[in-house]
Formats: sequence, structure tokens, C-alpha cells
Amino acid sequence: MSFFVYLLAMAGVTYLIRMIPFVAFRKKIKSPFLKSLLHYIPYAVLAAMTIPAIFYSTGSVLTSVIGTVVAVVLAYFDLPLIVVALAAAAAALISGFIF
Amino acid sequence: MKKDFLKGMKSGIPIGVGYLTVSFGFGILAAQYGFSILQAAAISASNLTSAGQAAGVAIIAAGGTLIELILTQLVINLRYSLMGISLSQKLDPSFSTMHRFITAFGITDEVFAVSYAQPFLITPAFMYGIILVSFVGWVLGTVLGASAGHFLPEAIISAMGIALYGMFLAIIIPPAKKEKSVLFVISLTAVISVVFYYLLPMVTSGFSVIISAVAASLIAAWLFPVKEDEE
Repeated sequence: MSFFVYLLAMAGVTYLIRMIPFVAFRKKIKSPFLKSLLHYIPYAVLAAMTIPAIFYSTGSVLTSVIGTVVAVVLAYFDLPLIVVALAAAAAALISGFIF
Repeated sequence: MKKDFLKGMKSGIPIGVGYLTVSFGFGILAAQYGFSILQAAAISASNLTSAGQAAGVAIIAAGGTLIELILTQLVINLRYSLMGISLSQKLDPSFSTMHRFITAFGITDEVFAVSYAQPFLITPAFMYGIILVSFVGWVLGTVLGASAGHFLPEAIISAMGIALYGMFLAIIIPPAKKEKSVLFVISLTAVISVVFYYLLPMVTSGFSVIISAVAASLIAAWLFPVKEDEE
């Protein structure tokens, strides 16, 4: 399939998800279950995308795991996103040279 | 009008700078998957979303079906629907339907959070300002990252493959410390996702993300309903 078809589908869906409720809704969501579901989904999505993919993200499981540990520790101490991301990459790069 | 636009741009600067580095990681990822610089930039300019794009390039590169791509984007980006609803409660009366159609494109996690936190009703000019700066940061970072992905040494590109995932961890771990229920949903998702990856390898990555995330969120919403005033 051509890249353009994929691009159109991806951008179209993403826009519609943003646009339809923003244009149509004027009321607040009341259902506690629905509110809870929408509260948890972003975290779950990021977790599902990260695990186990992160362990294969550098092409070497060993350096990926080292980078992951560094990211988890720094994230635990509330460091900024950029710092965590770059430190994980740096840890993977350095450990790649050592091992 | 002009004042609001400038105020929006000013509020957008920290977002744009942050996006510059995050989309740099996306650019590298796209280059690793074999996308050209122009293709990576087109994806960023038309989607303006980190997790959705990262999942999207993986599916496209694997030659996935359109259904898989669309369902994945639907689940990953579903949160924007909620943000759109919340934000629609805070709009200035000057916000016409036409302005809603246009600015809806720029509702990202950060644009939402910063706009929603303003102590005044949001005007169209403010939204255009904050979106413009965020958009420029996002696309520029993608171009730089994709270029680097084509020119940087192999060792650095491989190591940078972890950057985007590191950022995802930095998003989910701090709230997991504060809310036990978030820790629960993350752990449960991880377990289901690992089961899919190792025991059910015929399930493609997009569907695995959808099923793991939705199943864990449903269980968490049932076990730990969010209290009225939170978010």
C-alpha cells in the first residue's frame, strides 16, 4: 500500500478523534466509569507501547535493559522528560562501547 | 486579539522546546524504519501526536492493514476526545464553530494542559498562538531527528532508539508513584503485553497495544473508579 494512503488514514482518524467531541460536545461527561476509563487509558497505552518493546529498542537486549533501568530510576525521581530520554540513550550508548 | 495571540505564543514556548527534543527522537525512529525525511515531516505535520505516530510508523513499516492502523490510532488518541470535551467547557463566546474545527487539530496533551490551566476563558487567538509554536517545534524536531537518523553514526542511532520509550516511562512513572491505581493499570498492561509478545506472537503490535491497554483500563476503571473531582 502506498505511503500516502497510510498517511491519510492516520491523520484523518487522529483529526476526527480531536475534532468531533470538541465541536459537538457542550456537556460534561457524568458517568464515573467512563471518566475512570478515559483517565486510565493514556497510561495503559504508553505502558503497552513501552513494554516489552523497550528491551529491543537499541538492537541489543543488554544495552536496552541498562538504558531502561537508568530511565526508570531517573523518572522515579521526577526528572524532566528530556533528561530521562537522553540519559537512557547515553547509558545504552556507553554500555554498548563497554560490553 | 493580537495580545491574546502573543500570549498564546508565549505559553507555547516551553511546549515547543520540549517537542523539539521529543520529535527529534521520533525523527530518528522514523529514519530507522526507513522513512525519508520528507515522509517523517509529513507524518508529524499532519498528526501532531507522539505515541500515535510512534505506533503508526511501526505498523506502516511492517506493512500492516489500514484497519490495524486506524484502530490503533483510535485507542492511542482517544484521550484527545476527553480533552476536547473538557476544553470545550472553557471557551470564550467568541470561539465560533469554524474556530473549533481548525484548532481541534492542535489539541495535544501539553497544549490542553497549559490552555486548561489558564485563569481566563480561552479565545481563538490564544489557541492559534500556542498551537503555532508547538507545531513548529514538533515538525522542526522531526526534520532534525530524521536527518540525524540518516547521517549520524550507527552506534548513536541505535542508542537513540530507546529515547522515545524513555520519555514514555518519564510520563507514566511519576503519576504511578502518587496513584496506586495508575501503578496497577501500568503493571497489568505490562503483564498482558508481555504475554502477547512471547506467547501469542501472531497478534501484531498494534492490536496487542489496543487489547492490553483497553483490557487493563477496563479492569482498573471497574476496581478503582476515579473520584468526582480528580481531572
